[in-house]
Amino acid sequence: MSTSIHVELWQVAASLLLVALATAISRWQRAGLERDIVVATVRSIVQLTLVGYAIKLIFDVDSIWLVLLLLAVMVLFGAITARHRADKVPDSFGPLLIALALAGGTTLGLVVALGIFDPTPRYLVPVGGMVIGNAMTASAVALNRLGDEMADARARIEATLALGATAREAAAPTVRRALRSGMIALVDSTKTTGLIFFPGTMVGMLLAGASPTDAVRLQLILLYTLLGSVSISALVATLLAYRNFFTPATQLRDPEAAKPQKFVV
Amino acid sequence: MGDHPPVLFELRDVGLDRGGRAVLDSFSAQIPEGATAIVGPSGAGKSTLLRLLNRLADPGRGEISYRGRPLSAYEPLALRREVALVPQLPALLEGTVESNLRYAADLAGEPLEVDETLARAGLDPSFADRDVAKLSVGEQQRAMLARALAQRPAVLLLDEPTSALDHAARDAVEATLARLRAESGLSLVLVSHDPEQARRLGDRVVEMPA
Repeated sequence: MSTSIHVELWQVAASLLLVALATAISRWQRAGLERDIVVATVRSIVQLTLVGYAIKLIFDVDSIWLVLLLLAVMVLFGAITARHRADKVPDSFGPLLIALALAGGTTLGLVVALGIFDPTPRYLVPVGGMVIGNAMTASAVALNRLGDEMADARARIEATLALGATAREAAAPTVRRALRSGMIALVDSTKTTGLIFFPGTMVGMLLAGASPTDAVRLQLILLYTLLGSVSISALVATLLAYRNFFTPATQLRDPEAAKPQKFVV
Repeated sequence: MGDHPPVLFELRDVGLDRGGRAVLDSFSAQIPEGATAIVGPSGAGKSTLLRLLNRLADPGRGEISYRGRPLSAYEPLALRREVALVPQLPALLEGTVESNLRYAADLAGEPLEVDETLARAGLDPSFADRDVAKLSVGEQQRAMLARALAQRPAVLLLDEPTSALDHAARDAVEATLARLRAESGLSLVLVSHDPEQARRLGDRVVEMPA
């Protein structure tokens, strides 16, 4: 892409007026979000600036190893973040880590192998971030649902185990619903894309001066890539995590044993 | 049946903790073939005991044997098809009564005679196509019993089989259980909070301390 635009600092500063508006609305209606808005704004400035420098460095160095290192760090932090949402699932970290790594590795590997993107930092860093970010959300939602459903369905699952069913058989309806809830959000938003909202990449490309045709094509590629990554991560996370509810003798674990894990970032 | 029927289960000093509290402590008993009723106040660990007998849980202390072999030596899934548990609260799978029976029969690798299996649990053939979500609790309990019978088990573990039933339905289930024993030589281990029912249904009664 040869198009690029330059954004001045005063333009960013001017947009803070809308943050002030949000804070004013919160205070006026006593929504109690003023502090959170300020924290969110400061964090967004600091985090994005740091990431901006990191990406600039990675682009300048232009090393595939540095890109892989960055993606590995994203997978690690994604798994740590997602496990908070999956606090009813025993030992959810391992399944989440494997799910994110597989989702990122498979989808990025595939788009590169198919020749859709070149294996360069300019493509792999932003696409990798989207892929891993969406995979994280999907696996977190799926495992959150899995935890709730396993608790609700405890009696039915144990009654099914009592018939001599395997853990897989007894958990199958629960796993199915968890997988579905992890995937449904992206499937729905893909259905309505362009009608109800403009996806971010397309907006960014149009703002940057790209032709609408290019913007739409790239957006479609990304949507389909995300569908792949989201389904892989939700599938791998649920298929690995449901086992942690059972003992090797195919018994349901004592719920007391599945204490929420404290792991603060 | 002779004076000393063969021993099914032998429990020696069995204990189990849950959440740091003993739900069962130093419990010993012999359960022979035939019908054994387990009575005791609520909280005595009666339901836990049944779950130990088909390895839905394993004891923290002590030993349990089944037909002279340690229970832990049995493969859990095969054991559960031979020693079937009917839990106190009905928990059928979504679908019809027949689909539940078929699920159980397929797991056990047994052929399924729907009408006959329903009849053994005291249900008429019209129940086959009924949606389990639309059954009363008493009907669900009997569907659970039918589902267990579809696996042709050797031992039935019944947890408060009549707790949700009125007198008429309770009498019907008790008659069903008595008939099952007489016709098929099935052994029953049933938990009840009602000493009268324990005496009606059990050849012997095991009391659990509070």
